[in-house]
Amino acid sequence: MNNSMTHTARLLGAGLRALLVLTLVTGVLYPLAVTGVAQALFPGRANGSEIRADGRVVGSSLIGQRYDLPPEKGQQGPRPDPKWFQGRPANGLGVNSINTRYTLLLSGATNLAADNTVLVRQVEDAKAAVIKDNSVPGYRVRASEVPADAVTSSGSGLDPDISPQYARIQVHRVAAENGLPVTRVAKLVADHTEGRTLGFMGEPRVNVLELNIALKALVDQH
Amino acid sequence: MGPVTAGVLQLLALVGALALVHIPLGSCMARVYSSKRHLRVEKWIYRGTGVDPDTEMTWTAYLRGVLAFSAAGVLFLYLLQRLQGVLPGSLHFASVGPAQSFNTAVSFVTNTNWQSYYGEQTMGHVVQTAGLAVQNFVSAAVGMAVAIALVRGFAFSPARFGSRGGTAVRTGELGNFWSDLVRGTVRILLPLAAVAAVVLVARGALQNFSGIHGVGQFTGGSQQFNGGAVASQEAIKELGTNGGGYFNANSAHPFENPTPFTNLLEIFLILVIPFSLTRTFGVMVGSVRQGYTVLATMATIWLGFVALMMWTEFAHHGPALQAAGAAMEGKEVRFGVGGSSIFAVSTTLTSTGAVDSFHSSFTGLGGGITLLGMMLGEIAPGGVGSGLYGMLVMAVIAVFIAGLMVGRTPEYLGKKIGAREMKLAAAYLLVTPALVLVFTAASMALPTPGHSVLNPGAHGFSEVLYAFTSASNNNGSAFAGLNANTDWYNTTTGLAMLLGRFLPMVFVLALAGSLAVQRPVPVSAGTLRTEKPLFTGLLVGAVLIITGLTYFPALALGPLAEGLA
Repeated sequence: MNNSMTHTARLLGAGLRALLVLTLVTGVLYPLAVTGVAQALFPGRANGSEIRADGRVVGSSLIGQRYDLPPEKGQQGPRPDPKWFQGRPANGLGVNSINTRYTLLLSGATNLAADNTVLVRQVEDAKAAVIKDNSVPGYRVRASEVPADAVTSSGSGLDPDISPQYARIQVHRVAAENGLPVTRVAKLVADHTEGRTLGFMGEPRVNVLELNIALKALVDQH
Repeated sequence: MGPVTAGVLQLLALVGALALVHIPLGSCMARVYSSKRHLRVEKWIYRGTGVDPDTEMTWTAYLRGVLAFSAAGVLFLYLLQRLQGVLPGSLHFASVGPAQSFNTAVSFVTNTNWQSYYGEQTMGHVVQTAGLAVQNFVSAAVGMAVAIALVRGFAFSPARFGSRGGTAVRTGELGNFWSDLVRGTVRILLPLAAVAAVVLVARGALQNFSGIHGVGQFTGGSQQFNGGAVASQEAIKELGTNGGGYFNANSAHPFENPTPFTNLLEIFLILVIPFSLTRTFGVMVGSVRQGYTVLATMATIWLGFVALMMWTEFAHHGPALQAAGAAMEGKEVRFGVGGSSIFAVSTTLTSTGAVDSFHSSFTGLGGGITLLGMMLGEIAPGGVGSGLYGMLVMAVIAVFIAGLMVGRTPEYLGKKIGAREMKLAAAYLLVTPALVLVFTAASMALPTPGHSVLNPGAHGFSEVLYAFTSASNNNGSAFAGLNANTDWYNTTTGLAMLLGRFLPMVFVLALAGSLAVQRPVPVSAGTLRTEKPLFTGLLVGAVLIITGLTYFPALALGPLAEGLA
């Protein structure tokens, strides 16, 4: 009995020592070495792909954000600013709606099932809003033109992209709000549409932050 | 080009890349585990550990090594989380509570990586890199070690030792656990992970040690970002089929998986070692064609599941998805339906559990496919190591079934499959269904566990079934609507992960020990030719029928009811 207990203790000791040595290798040396290489070769990417415009950081090209009107007193929730292209809805855990400081970023999806009436309501409400918000005099968005990404929340809740189709149906509204010609804004969207990588990886997409930065530059020119 | 074509091309690109890599990597791994030489860094590690890497171990000694090392891992990781509040470099996060610390420690040591916490709001740099990421390496290396021990059980025979320069004949030895553990980590996982991590950073994954900081926004105000050693953890998270995300959104988070290319790279990393191990197996048992049969079985099931998943996700049945026009709820624009479908199948047919899209919002049948993938025991291609030993246990059963049909004593790779071997294989098969069904039934029968469910109806049942399927099979993905951070779920999923990992390992190592003492029987006219395509057919059938049917009633209540509504 005594013998087997000392044996077990010795074995556990060996296990613990092996763990500590391997922790040094894989938990200290490995991440430090990768960080060193990453910071030397790709400092911008390793530090969050931040984008600067007008001399200040305006976000990360990889993290979606909201483009809202300045909050007013007594306002219920944020109101999207129609001047700017809008990203995907974020009804899940993902928080890309922070215009205030000190809220810790959290990522995540709604996890609602395809047959959950709450999700059905969210999708239908979002579709009605997309149609209403993007229809301007002389241009009416049809329900069949609204793509799925415009009415669903992403996996991270921080999706930086929208589909080219969602960008296209926003063109008339954005042009009207900013007093720009529709063709000019449409060209802006076309210029910022990224195709599939090597022609087959992923889906075509438009980075909303980069598009809005270019839009702002265009507005400032006029 | 339409999204369906693009999805199929991405699948073909993966198949091509895996076909190219599995032969050199598989042969290389066979050399790693067969070599007599130790690298200098390995000698340092053995000296620091105080173990002899050259002692041959019987199956019981090997098992004791596995259990001792894993117990130390659970203890260390538990203490690290409990002490987080006083550790430097922890971003001022508090210590984690006892139930959640136990759950998380077990989860990462068992290669499950089930997470009942929000990564970016709970774990600081020290726990992430020196605790969780370390287990990503070593739990994978333990899985590979056990698989190699089983392969040695088939490959070794008493004669091997008898021929050794006049020393006494010893039998039944399976190699040295410490040496297998260290070599798997140092020679296989570390170099591959380092290269993959740098590639991920080059495409946008984070790799720094900055704290939580504000970043300006376009319309004013600021967003809060977490810093972290994300890419280095992401690489081993996929390569070791672990799956525990740095962030709550896991591989859907742009800082973990920034582009469509990294998405394919991460799927490749998930699959590359499990598929390549079939080559290692073939080389070590002296017939690469035996490896191809196993590979073909895995590939058939994996491809079939991907095809089914793409079909149901592109068809997007379900009221909300039909209203939206595509199954994009919980999916990222850059990956689309195609890339997300391949990822979902690959992560649940292995023991990974990382997600680039949220399975709970898939179509009813799509969610069912992810569940069934785990229920098959994650053997197509399965977790690193656990996939190979799981499939070899199924092969033993398939050989036995074939033996019953022709009335001969079955044999596999020259080893007789007798009563003892069959008892061990059957015990292996029964562990996870018992855990899944008992814990799910208990959760449904008791009054409070049901409160954790998010969605009503059949999907709510699926959330609970998914949780215990994921935990017992050491997968780690979730129908994440379930609030699993309760004492009930933290404790029961913790137990399911522990028993679902180590009981099967006991049976596998016992099987290996009982095979290793056998002298091989010569091939005769009555031997089932297990290197032929016919055996692949038999094996696919055995996998689908035996494990699939076990779960059919439970699946009918959950995803089938939802998908066929």
